[in-house]
Amino acid sequence: MAATLDQHAATTATGPSGLWSWLTTTDHKRIGILYGVSAFAFFLLGGLEALVMRLQLSAAGNDVVSAEFYNELFTMHGTTMVFLAVMPLSAAFFNFVVPLQIGARDVAFPRLNAFSYWVFLLGGLFMNASFLIGAAPNAGWFGYANLTSAQYSPGLHVDFWVIGLQVLGIASIAAGINFIVTIVNLRAPGMRLMRMPVFTWMTLVTQFIVVTAFPVITVALVFLLFDRTFGTNFYSVAAGGDVLLWQHLFWLFGHPEVYILILPAMGIISEVVPTFSRKPLFGYAVVVYSGLLIAILGWGVWAHHMFQVGLGPIADSVFAASTMLIAIPTGVKIFNWIATMWGGRLKFTTSMLFAIGFIAMFIVGGLSGVMHASPPADLQQTDTYFVVAHFHYVLVGGAVLGLFAGIYYWWPKVFGHQLSEAVGKWHFWLTVIGANLTFFPMHFIGLLGMPRRVYTYAPELGLDTMNLVATIGAFAMGLGSLVFVVNAWYSRKRGKVATANPWDGAMLEWSMASPPPVYNFSVIPNVKSRLPLWSEDGYEPRPLPQTPPQSIHMPGGSYWPLVTAIGIIVGAVGGLTQTLWIALLAAAIIVVGIYAWAFEPFEV
Amino acid sequence: MDTRKRTLVGVAVTMLLVMLSACGGEYPQSTLHPTADFGSEIDRLFMTIVWWALGVFVVVETALIVAIIKFRDRPGAPVPKYVHGSTVLEISWTLAPAIVLIFIAVPTIRTIFRTDTTPPENALQVDVIGHQWWWEFRYPGLGIVTANEMRVPAGEPVTLVMTSQDVIHSFWAPKLGGKRDVMPGRTTRISFTPDSLGSFMGQCAEFCGASHANMRMRVIVEDSAGFAAWVAQERSAPPAEETLSGDVAAGLGVFRTKGCIACHTVEGVAAGVLGPNLTHVGSRATIASGILPNTAEGLARWIRDPLGEKPGSLMPPMPMTDEELSALVAYLQSLN
Repeated sequence: MAATLDQHAATTATGPSGLWSWLTTTDHKRIGILYGVSAFAFFLLGGLEALVMRLQLSAAGNDVVSAEFYNELFTMHGTTMVFLAVMPLSAAFFNFVVPLQIGARDVAFPRLNAFSYWVFLLGGLFMNASFLIGAAPNAGWFGYANLTSAQYSPGLHVDFWVIGLQVLGIASIAAGINFIVTIVNLRAPGMRLMRMPVFTWMTLVTQFIVVTAFPVITVALVFLLFDRTFGTNFYSVAAGGDVLLWQHLFWLFGHPEVYILILPAMGIISEVVPTFSRKPLFGYAVVVYSGLLIAILGWGVWAHHMFQVGLGPIADSVFAASTMLIAIPTGVKIFNWIATMWGGRLKFTTSMLFAIGFIAMFIVGGLSGVMHASPPADLQQTDTYFVVAHFHYVLVGGAVLGLFAGIYYWWPKVFGHQLSEAVGKWHFWLTVIGANLTFFPMHFIGLLGMPRRVYTYAPELGLDTMNLVATIGAFAMGLGSLVFVVNAWYSRKRGKVATANPWDGAMLEWSMASPPPVYNFSVIPNVKSRLPLWSEDGYEPRPLPQTPPQSIHMPGGSYWPLVTAIGIIVGAVGGLTQTLWIALLAAAIIVVGIYAWAFEPFEV
Repeated sequence: MDTRKRTLVGVAVTMLLVMLSACGGEYPQSTLHPTADFGSEIDRLFMTIVWWALGVFVVVETALIVAIIKFRDRPGAPVPKYVHGSTVLEISWTLAPAIVLIFIAVPTIRTIFRTDTTPPENALQVDVIGHQWWWEFRYPGLGIVTANEMRVPAGEPVTLVMTSQDVIHSFWAPKLGGKRDVMPGRTTRISFTPDSLGSFMGQCAEFCGASHANMRMRVIVEDSAGFAAWVAQERSAPPAEETLSGDVAAGLGVFRTKGCIACHTVEGVAAGVLGPNLTHVGSRATIASGILPNTAEGLARWIRDPLGEKPGSLMPPMPMTDEELSALVAYLQSLN
């Protein structure tokens, strides 16, 4: 029947509300929102840590914070931004957008999805609780052995880090499996692999990296935990262990992790740029294959983080070559995005501005990456601010700008109203100018002799002015993030109400009302092309046929995922305090949680 | 000019000033002003890569900017044509970066093999031992043990044979060359031939705990006469105890009674091994791994409050009177 979309949405139950409904939700959209809000809170926390560090470094010999606290700050800044901000912000988009893009009503395992979220949240809170008892991790996000040993890192600092990361790994692997199964099995009829939106493609590739890379760091962390707790000797030099074992394992995980952070943002850019250029993505297949190639090559480059340990000329040459190879598919992606814009009709929405900012800054990060792919040059650059400049161009200029492009792009779909474009532009310019002021001088700060991870530096180095500029830039970025928070807050009431397809996008997520009804699709669409909402021969958005739902069964909520997640975090506390009864309690909660979850009646 | 443009120009000018200031100025720890063959090889290679990178940067960012200006939405702009791709373009922009990378990879690999060779037989060997948080330098051929200030002669090859007593450190004296990690249970090496005289700053580059930032050092390059004089001085025995008098003699007493001897070596007086060898500490320009000048004031500050000057330092503050402190300082200054 010809009920319009909006009437349709209004007459359909949007699901229960209230705190309990959020605690027990298994709706991928709500879990996506939970991921987004939590990750953004952690993003602000990690940003605050960065600002305190920048204050300390704004002048040589400053004493805003102590050496010990500074070391905790940079450890937690890195750990937070990687594991608690960028990864879960990407997960927010996986959750909200992927089922909509593939024409599904939810993910394959909705309760496992809730479980992933709660484990992530509790794991993040666990790790940050270390600040409250003055024992925040302090050995760097890379935790090099043997500085992390019980001898050189006494106390709970490193224990919080090891156990916290293990917990977060559980969340990531569970989510990874969930999304692989979802994307492989729940696509709407007609959505062949090569018709999938590029964001969904990059999600799939990312999840394959997650489920293969996280087991590697799990092993490395188990070794470390055993060394610290039970006195084993995996990294103990005195007993014949090897400190380099950690570095190989860590970077074997750590470099693929870089692509876990950046590929989702590349997927977002591949959605945003075509929409606001009003042209299909240029070279779709090549962009997809480039993403796959980056993921595969990403496994063969880890030792470029270790040139300074002295691997020998042969290994140096091989890892230099494999690293440089990655520049090719990365460059190809950039060329294809620019070619998508070429000949288009560009609308500079805030989302598009962030996407263009991504391309412009990622080029810089890519080029400095080629510089330290060259081992001799790297011997001067590694462990200096040059590397800090490089990976912030990639992770702030790349991942964070990409995620903001996605936030402005999908916000109307998620919340049913738009963010203010005028305020958004302030957000964009503050962020981009701030990021360049912060990170561009860092190239020179590093080349002129300032190492990383130092809480102070000698005035003789002559680097005060440049460091002050970087600090000013960091505060501009901080202000930008505050502007975004204000924008989000005021848009709740005053934001322009969003139609189903406010940007005239081409993918399925724009086919239903904003926000989408609980069941997403009243009728599962039959997909006939890569651009289901655009006609074949020209840019012309068209709605999908809509019919009111007959009787759509959606799974009810469940609190067992939350209970099981609580069991895991109780176990983390048991491990941290080395208390048997807490560990046994944790095991009991987990067993009960999983049992009840497994035998939960279908209807709740 | 609207505000936005003015801001952008402001940012661009700042960036340019930052870049220009990097060319001039006094940067004692710069990688861009090498004073040894190792550093120069790297600098040459780095500049080659910089030029290629600048070229690519200009081409790609220009393409992006042209696209932004030329294809912006405006009244009367044509409806975009549906273009899905172009095989010719895809092949060409796959090959183009590959060719640029060949021009970077070939000199890279050549430089790897040139800078990672076996040092010549006659090279001066210095054993580097990393400690939390100071550097020990031993000259096995000369029987010299010193700390935080390495002396080498100009124009002669030097090879560093490095290991660590505790955690991983990294030896980095940027003007001389690239860094190399200094690891427990492993021996690593670098070699270089200094070509200019001077005192070159360096510091630990691998995070090694609380006072990583304070683990600094100097490499002092002298002409062969200066180096020979230094060697002779370092090999001389400290003055006999009975020749000491006044503050210096009193300071030796303090050195013995306040526990200094437990960790420090002074030939003929103490044989501790946890801290730096102080036999000729008076001849060094700095103390506490390069964070304080080796003056009476600097020494006093350091002995008074080692944990304040170098957080986490293993050297404990020893309670002593002002008289005892100044005597101890006088004694230490006499050791040269």
